[in-house]
Amino acid sequence: MNDLAGCGYPGHAAEVSHARPALEAIGLCKRFGPLQVLDEVSFKLGQGAFHALLGGNGAGKSTLVKCVMGYHAADRGTVLVENRECAIGNPRDAHRYGLGMVYQHFTLVPEMTVLENLVLSRLPIPAMIRWREEKQRLAALMEEMPFSVPLDRKAGELAAGEKQKVELLKQLFLQPRILILDEPTSVLTPQEADSLLGMLKKRTRSHRLTVLIITHKFREVMDFADAVSVLRRGKLVYSGPLAGQTPARLAELMTGSEEIARTVTREKVEEKPVRLEIDRLDVASDHGARAVKELSIRLRGGEIFGIAGVSGNGQQELVQALSGQRRPDRGAIRIDGSPYAGTRREMARFRLRCLPEEPLRNACVPRMSLAENLALRTFDRPGFTRWRWFVDAKAQKTQARELIERYRVHPPEPERRLDTLSGGNVQRLVLARELSGQVELLIAANPCFGLDFAATAEVRRQLMQARNRGAAVLLVSEDLDELLELSDRIAVMFEGRLTYESWTAEADLDTIGLRMAGH
Amino acid sequence: MNGEALGWWGVPLAILGGAIRAGTPYLFVSLGECLTEKSGRINLGLEGNLVLGAMSAYAVSYLSGSPWLGVLAAGGTGMLLGLLHAWLCSFPKVNDIAVGIALMLFGIGVAFFFGKPYIQPAAPHLPALGFGDWSASAQVRAALEINVLFLIGLGTAPLLGWFLANTRWGLMVRTVGDSRNAAEALGFPVNRVRAAATVAGGFLAGVGGAFLSLYYPGSWNEGLSSGQGLIAVALVVFARWQPMRCLYASLLFGGAGALGPALQSVGITGGYYLFNAAPYVLTLLLMAATCSPERTLSGIPGELSVTK
Repeated sequence: MNDLAGCGYPGHAAEVSHARPALEAIGLCKRFGPLQVLDEVSFKLGQGAFHALLGGNGAGKSTLVKCVMGYHAADRGTVLVENRECAIGNPRDAHRYGLGMVYQHFTLVPEMTVLENLVLSRLPIPAMIRWREEKQRLAALMEEMPFSVPLDRKAGELAAGEKQKVELLKQLFLQPRILILDEPTSVLTPQEADSLLGMLKKRTRSHRLTVLIITHKFREVMDFADAVSVLRRGKLVYSGPLAGQTPARLAELMTGSEEIARTVTREKVEEKPVRLEIDRLDVASDHGARAVKELSIRLRGGEIFGIAGVSGNGQQELVQALSGQRRPDRGAIRIDGSPYAGTRREMARFRLRCLPEEPLRNACVPRMSLAENLALRTFDRPGFTRWRWFVDAKAQKTQARELIERYRVHPPEPERRLDTLSGGNVQRLVLARELSGQVELLIAANPCFGLDFAATAEVRRQLMQARNRGAAVLLVSEDLDELLELSDRIAVMFEGRLTYESWTAEADLDTIGLRMAGH
Repeated sequence: MNGEALGWWGVPLAILGGAIRAGTPYLFVSLGECLTEKSGRINLGLEGNLVLGAMSAYAVSYLSGSPWLGVLAAGGTGMLLGLLHAWLCSFPKVNDIAVGIALMLFGIGVAFFFGKPYIQPAAPHLPALGFGDWSASAQVRAALEINVLFLIGLGTAPLLGWFLANTRWGLMVRTVGDSRNAAEALGFPVNRVRAAATVAGGFLAGVGGAFLSLYYPGSWNEGLSSGQGLIAVALVVFARWQPMRCLYASLLFGGAGALGPALQSVGITGGYYLFNAAPYVLTLLLMAATCSPERTLSGIPGELSVTK
């Protein structure tokens, strides 16, 4: 703990020389089991820099910043804050040195209110908390922020986008000198993302703040960053100024020789019969409120119907009703004219497949192996059983190897436990399972959330291919660009109802934006 | 006789008195379990704490002559068992439920082993306050004779609720219990917080045991506890992990247990054993009525191994 005393706490730091790096990592190594996740990674963060960290899925970006924060202990290597070696044993030490981080996996306490969560991250937490004062203080601070969140709601009830905002607010209130952000904008609207990054950029200009940001969006990198580091399979392949780099060059650095899927063009498909019919559907949320209200959709084969909307407007409940995770209160779902109740048997019969959001939670068994997870839809089908009643592990593994290779799941080990994979690779695995075989009706919710651009292109290509083959696709997404690129028809969902519907070709962007905000 | 004069009014009165008398052990164990579960661990061993607490309270009270020293001794042995539970659970891949069952058997075994010499002698009891002394009716006086330990429990419930909601330590306990991920990101020492909560919970359960042997039924023997420690664990679920609701639930269960004797006192003897099963039937009915497959169990700490 001697190091702690030598390092200087935030606030005590006098005039900082600009030549001195705010943060430096030297030779960081980290191994998870047989997998070398970080291999001798060294980089510097200049004082007041807006530094972007790029890399494909599983390249080690999250692991790198978690090692810096003391969330993981690095096997080897040192971290220097303001040129002094620091022993950061846990995130609390990191906070003391002025480091703050917004994690990709949410670190909110679900049973607590937003207010409690925000107070919790305050340092030091007062021994006795005066809730009224804390609430007033936070409400006042929230006024200065580009967005706001309801303080009295439980964090677990918030939608992904709102959770992300709370995570951001938590850090912004703490005012760290070095802020690390792990894909902070993936659940924000473009306007919110711009105003957030703009606000951070302004703070870096006056050298009050240094930012290290992990992102997949090149637009954000080009607009805001001044320096960039690129990781590929655990190795640092570039670290330096952004000037002189182009998106194409950065993409090449990230992927090496990996091939990027080209988008498939929308083919003309003759009009097919209505496949999915949702009739005045009412679905309740976890807390009993009506999340979906009298919603009706008619979806034909060979078309992609996109549903836009800010998360938390009932999209999640709608998708859960369709994927059999939630029973509707009223209304009917019909597929090819027959009633559908979301059973496994019906899904197989109608060839319905689902790509739900948060796939680790909604579409996988985290403690089972990759091979077992890949076989969840097929393990009892002919070809995957022995003597009709027994599971054929060998057939599962053969199928797993093939799918893992085709969908480039990393690491390619069928026996591996699923919850040891990175977020993007779990997504790929679910994609592999759901799109293998014949699909005639596909429900997708934020299918590209958390994916790097190579994987994103791959998913979009697959969705379009499924449509071109004549499948009906219901695409629920918070990414408007994705919807405009893929959908044939686009709708806006607000407070459980569709408040806008149009052919994508004729859609009016301003109106969509207004409807999303509830006007 | 005055008691006869009360007639049917004697039934609710006897149930009230019984609720307080029989509810006190439930109250202490459920508060202890509530605190432990809030930190993300289930301690099924509290039945062991209860029995060992009853034995040590009785022994110390007999040997020292002071029932309050006995209460402290009961709390102390409860803390030791809690510490053992916390220590075993701090190792990776140890299941807290299995450890709890082992410790329940261990605690009961230890209590029987050391308790043999104390079955016969009479130890000084805990004092009770006569809230019914104004009444001429013996029944009223019996029902309103309230033990000091119950009053302490009555104060502990809101205090625990306040502690969990308004203090730094309380927030730490809830954070650790709800999301290990969040706790680690905040740098909270997860295992130490859980250990502290388990030890404190063990203390409360031990005190509950002291009530059994030093007040009601008020003696030490091997059949003293009839599974109150286990029912109290279910009671925490029913109380949705809120200390104040633990209080109400304990009274409800205590009252249900007093139903049989109360009815007997007014001459209804048929179905005596059926009425004695009331707490268990009540447990099942309440669980069935309050559970829903559609909605999540609100209030459940996310780190409990039953939810993962």
